[in-house]
Parts: sequence; structure tokens; C-alpha cells
Amino acid sequence: MDLNTLWFALIAVLFMGFFFLEGFDYGVGILHPFVAKSDEERKAVIQTIGPVWDGNEVWMITAGGAIFAAFPQWYATLFSGFYLALFLMLVALILRGVGFEFRSKVDSPSWRNFWDWMIFFGSLVPALLWGVAVANLVRGVPIGPDMNYQGSFLTLLNPYGLLGGIAAVIVFTFHGANFLSLKLPEEMAPRARAAARAFAPLAVILAVLFVLGGYGYGLFSREGQLLAYLFAALAALGLLLGWITRLQGSDALAFWTTGLGVLFATAMVFAGLYPYVMPSSLNPEWSLTVYNASASPYTLRVMTYVALIFTPLVLLYQGWTYWVFRGRVSLGEEGGY
Amino acid sequence: MEALGLARFQFASTTTYHFFFVPLTLGLSILVAYMETVYVLTGDARYKKLAKFYGTLFMINFAMGVVTGLVQEFQFGMNWSGYSRFMGDIFGVPLAIEALLAFFLESTFLGVWYFTWDKVPKGLHALFIWLVAIGSNLSALWILIANSFMQHPVGYRLENGRALLESFPALFKNPHVWLQFPHTLFAALSTAGFFVAAVAAWHLLRNHRVELFSRAMRIGLTAGLLGSFLVALVGHYQADFVVRHQPMKFAAMEAIWEDLPEPAPWILYATIDEKAQENRNVIELPGVLSMLTHAPETENGERVFLGIKTLQKRYEERFGPGNYVPPVKLTFWSFRVMVASGLLMLLLAAIGLWLLFRGRLAQAKGFLALLIWAVLLPFLGNTTGWWTAEFGRQPWMVQDLLTIYQGVTPESVVSAGMVLLSSVGFTLLYLVLGVIDVWLLIKYAKTDPEAKTKTVLSY
Repeated sequence: MDLNTLWFALIAVLFMGFFFLEGFDYGVGILHPFVAKSDEERKAVIQTIGPVWDGNEVWMITAGGAIFAAFPQWYATLFSGFYLALFLMLVALILRGVGFEFRSKVDSPSWRNFWDWMIFFGSLVPALLWGVAVANLVRGVPIGPDMNYQGSFLTLLNPYGLLGGIAAVIVFTFHGANFLSLKLPEEMAPRARAAARAFAPLAVILAVLFVLGGYGYGLFSREGQLLAYLFAALAALGLLLGWITRLQGSDALAFWTTGLGVLFATAMVFAGLYPYVMPSSLNPEWSLTVYNASASPYTLRVMTYVALIFTPLVLLYQGWTYWVFRGRVSLGEEGGY
Repeated sequence: MEALGLARFQFASTTTYHFFFVPLTLGLSILVAYMETVYVLTGDARYKKLAKFYGTLFMINFAMGVVTGLVQEFQFGMNWSGYSRFMGDIFGVPLAIEALLAFFLESTFLGVWYFTWDKVPKGLHALFIWLVAIGSNLSALWILIANSFMQHPVGYRLENGRALLESFPALFKNPHVWLQFPHTLFAALSTAGFFVAAVAAWHLLRNHRVELFSRAMRIGLTAGLLGSFLVALVGHYQADFVVRHQPMKFAAMEAIWEDLPEPAPWILYATIDEKAQENRNVIELPGVLSMLTHAPETENGERVFLGIKTLQKRYEERFGPGNYVPPVKLTFWSFRVMVASGLLMLLLAAIGLWLLFRGRLAQAKGFLALLIWAVLLPFLGNTTGWWTAEFGRQPWMVQDLLTIYQGVTPESVVSAGMVLLSSVGFTLLYLVLGVIDVWLLIKYAKTDPEAKTKTVLSY
């Protein structure tokens, strides 16, 4: 495997981590106005991700930084091309981030209600837009011979893009509901389980539609087709098992199987794209690939050393924090937000 | 051109805004870690209360630093795709390392620290906040390694119109880094020092929790004095560096239009006419510029500060026609405001410590009131300091390698209207959130650290 391929795989891993971790964070943010009935309960919902959401968001930031370092042309084309989508996402993420910090700082129902809705939209919008963005990567976007994007914001809102957006929202909500079933106080957990049961079939159906659409756009006909098929099967299996274990099984099983579904669905997209990073819908020749979009071999080598040393370290201590905060949160807990 | 102007405005406003919050994060993480360490080592519970109290303020400030940082990370791609294509091979490296090494560390352990008071052994808990402090300050190091390349490119080669990394250690060893990084760290330390002192002054002025806040005051003023002294010291060497390696920036900082032989005067005040390229109503201190720094020697052994006109001519010879003059008035005054606020801080911190050790600070009501307002000084200095560094480099994005005209995203991709929309959106958002954040900081600065539940003091 050459370094370009290795870095493509590493970025895939970063997105897998991002969608797995922020996936349930977004889901929790989307669900929290609905599964909690009082201020105290809402606080408990936020408490489930309170200590970890910021660290989870760093997965996205690191993925962005890694794209910049390893595939500068991809970074430049993607973020200038998807300009307005990214702008909306940043606004949403800003409001969500300060929302967590601000909401409990003022003892007023309307203040808290306002920030609760900011957390809701701040979770919904990024989930939706990431889905739209990934679907459009699969579908291909109008990229010219100079590597510049030639479409507009509306170009992204095609049926398949919207399907991707909705699928991401629903799958993340399902994933978040499973997370809440695992973390909320026993008296609240049944509501989260009910939400998970409601979203499970939708999540499976939308995911299948997304994969079928991807098939139409050539996701299973490139160099990584074998892996793409394998990951698609595993993703479907994960989500299905998530659904089944949600109906009869433990909270932990439902969370982990759904989580594996999210991981493999992400892996499937990357495997199916390879060796492209952004296929051009105008002319295949104008597509961005892991070769024409990449940094120099020296930079890739430097970054490989850095990543190989520090990624395991990050996984280790971030994993450890989940162990520290294991178990259910309790109502009216002291400290925190 | 229109999109370019807007993109520049957006970059300047985002960076300025981000840097309101960042220095306080960098410095306060260290001071809170210090407070908690004193508690762990001595068992003195007052320091625990202080760490918790200032820790809450730290969190309110940190949230804003994080969310404004998000925009920072992506706006290179959004508005400056030309720059990203040209520089990605180099610039992306420290940026990615910053995320992997620093952001993960600070974000992960800040969450753990904030949520585990009294739930883990206290030494371990203190370690968490030290990891946050290390993570935050490491992030400053990596982003300044990136910025230093823009100021003083090293360890690269040009190939097919792109700058490619030739030596990673060279990026790290860039002498600019080892001036700019300590300068920023010490500025951050003094910022946090003045912040801690201002909050303490508010309470002391009301004879509230005097024992507790006298201690906070001592920590704050010490950090303020140490930070502002060291920042000035490093600043001196930075000026020596700029005069050699970024002569145009230096000429703009000092509004030197014509070549200026040594011994040169230092302009205290001038009405700068950028169109006519001259200064009027000049008040200058003879010989002082040559006392502060030295002009590099020219070929014939003279020491001359090169003027903007000469430098412009040289740039035209090297790079073709164009305007290579930075906004002189802005750079000149930014530099002076930065220096003035730094010197004022040094003076105030010294007076404050002197009063404190003579046991007279609690009675010096006027001075305490002054200290509350003095919290604005470091923020003024930080902002104008960055303005000096960044405006002084214009029109270059990367000194002598890439201009803003080449760096901006083509208008066919991102139109002026799109940049306008995002600029207005971000600016309004920054404005509203900034007001709320400062209001919350003030509200929580006025709470009682001894109270079990957080109640805002009503007097």
C-alpha cells in the first residue's frame, strides 16, 4: 500500500471515529427536547455527553486538518465548493457548542429553552449537511479541469443528496437513542428505548436506499469494490442487528451493533470512492484522486510518523475517559454544566 | 476584487475575535492549574475554591475559543483555496498535528477535569488541568509554527507553482517560532494575570472574601508582572528579527517612508498620509530608534533603515509592478497601542505588587477600581499585536511567496455575495455571542466562591 492510499485509509478512519462519536452526540442533541420532560431531565440528557462532546468534535477537526495536510487539493476544492453548506454547518456548530456551556448558566426557563433549541438545531443541521455532503461525494459533483467546483449550493440539494442528509439524521438519531438508553437514569431510559425502536426501521430502510443509490453512482465498481461490498454487508448487518437487539436484547448490544453499522457504512463510502476523493460529474478525467490531490511524498511520510505515534495515544486516553464516565448519569447530579 | 476585500475582512474579524478568547485560555489554564497544585501540595482548601471559581470562568471563555476556532480551521479552504493549494503541503502539517496532539488533549481532559471534582484522587484531578494547560499551549506552538512560515518561510522548495515541504525540522526550528511563541505565551500569561487580578479587585473593593481574593490578587499580579516584562523582552528581539527579515513590515511599523540613516529618531506621533507617502506633525525622539534596535548593514557598510519607497522599488524589480506597501497607518498605530498597553500593564502590575507587599492594597480603593478596568489592556495589546504582525505583512500571505490576490478563492467558485453573506452572518453571530459571553463572565466573576450553589452577589 502506498502512502497516498494509507492516508486515504487514515482519513477514512478519522471519519469513522467522527461519525461514530459525533453521530450519537448529534442524536442526543436532536432527541433531547423530546425525551426529557423537565429542566432536571434535560440536564441529565446533556450530562450524558457533557464531558465528551468536545473531544468527539475534535475528530472532525482532525479529519479536516488531515485532509489539508495529506490532500491539500481536496481540502481546497471541497471546502470552497461546499461553501454555503459549510457556512451553515459552522453556524450550527457554534450555536451548539456555546449552547452546552451557556444553557445552565442562567436560571431562567426561556433562556434554557432557547439554548435547548439551539442544541437541537445545532445537532440536526450538521448531521443533515454531512449526509448531504457525503452523498454528493458519492454521486460526483461538477469539478472543472482546474480542480475548482463549478456548481452552487443548490447543486448539492439533489434527490440523492437529500436522501443522504435524511439518512444521516435518522441513523444518528437511532444511534443517539441507543446511547441514551445506555446512559440515562433508569426512570428515563424507557423513553430513549421507545425512540430507538421508532427510528430503527426507518434507519435501516434509508441506509439501504442510500447504498442502492450509491450502487447506481458506481460506488461498487471501482478499485475498492470488494471492500465496499463487504462493508456494505457489515453495515446492513450492524443496523439490522441494532434493530433486532433493540426489540429484544440489552442496551449495550443495541448501541454497539448500531455503532458498528455507522462505522462500516462510513468505511463503505471511502472504499467505494477509492482511488477518487472527489469524482467529477463533468468528466472523469477532472476528478480529484488520492494521487493528483495529494501532498508531496515527504509530507505524507512525516504525517505518517506523527499519526502512527499519536493516534493510538489519543484512542487510549479518550477511551479511558469513557471508562471514567461509565454507567448511567443520575438526576440532579452535582457539578458539570 | 470585491470578494477579496470581504474575504480579508472575514479573516481579520474571525482571527481577531478568536484571539480575544485564546490568550485567556492559554494563560488561565496555567494559573488555574497552579492554584489547584498549591491546594494538592499544601491541602489549603482556599486554593481549591479559587481553582473551582476561576475554573468556571475558564470554561465560559474556553467555549468561545473552541467555536471560533472551528471557523479558523475551515476558512482557509472556504475563502483561501488558492492559498490552500499553494501551501497545503506545508501549512496542513502543523495544523493537523495541532489537532492530533493538542486539541484532543485539551478537549478530552477539560471535560474530565470539569466533571470529576471530588470524584477522583486530588493529585490525579490536578494532573487533568495540567494536561489541559499543556494541550492548549501546545496548540499555540503548532499554529504559530504555521504562522511563522507565513512570516518567514523556511525548509521548502517551489515546484509547479506550489510550495513543498523539504524539511520538517526546519519548520520547527524556524527562528521566528522561537520569538513568536514565547511572545504569545507571555502575553497570554499577563492576560490571565490581569484577568485574575481584576476579578479579585472587584471583590476586594467590596471587602468580600478578603483572605481568598488577596491570594488570587497575588497570583494575578505576579503573573501580570512576569508576563508583561517577558513579553517586552522577547518583543525587543522580535523587532531585531523583523528589521532584518521583514523590512517592509518594520518600515510600516515605524512609518519610515525615506531611507533613514543611523542614529535614527523614534516617531512618537505623526499624521500619516498614505497617499502622499509622508508624515506630518511629527513628534519624534532623537536617536531612540537606534537605541531600540539596529538597522542591518548595507553593502557599503552603512547602517540604514530602508524606507517604504526604496523597498517598494525593490519589490517591483523582483516581482513586477504592484503595490507592496502594507496599510501603514494601521500598522504604525497598532504597534504603538500594543507597546503602550504592555508598558502600562508592567507599571500597574509593579505598583500593585508593591502595594500588596506593603499591606496597603486593600485600602487603595482607587487603585483597585483601576485594576478592574485594566483587564481591557491585555486584550487591547493582544489584538493590536496580532494586527501589527499580520497587517504589516500585507499584501503577502506568505512573505515574498504568495500574495492575497493569488491566495483568494476564485470568484467563479465563491462569489462576493457568498462571502458577504457568510461575513455578515459570522459577524452578527460573533457580536451577539461575544456580548453574552462577556455578560456571563461578569455575572460569574461576581459570584461567591464560598457559596455551595452559585449565587450571584447582588451588591
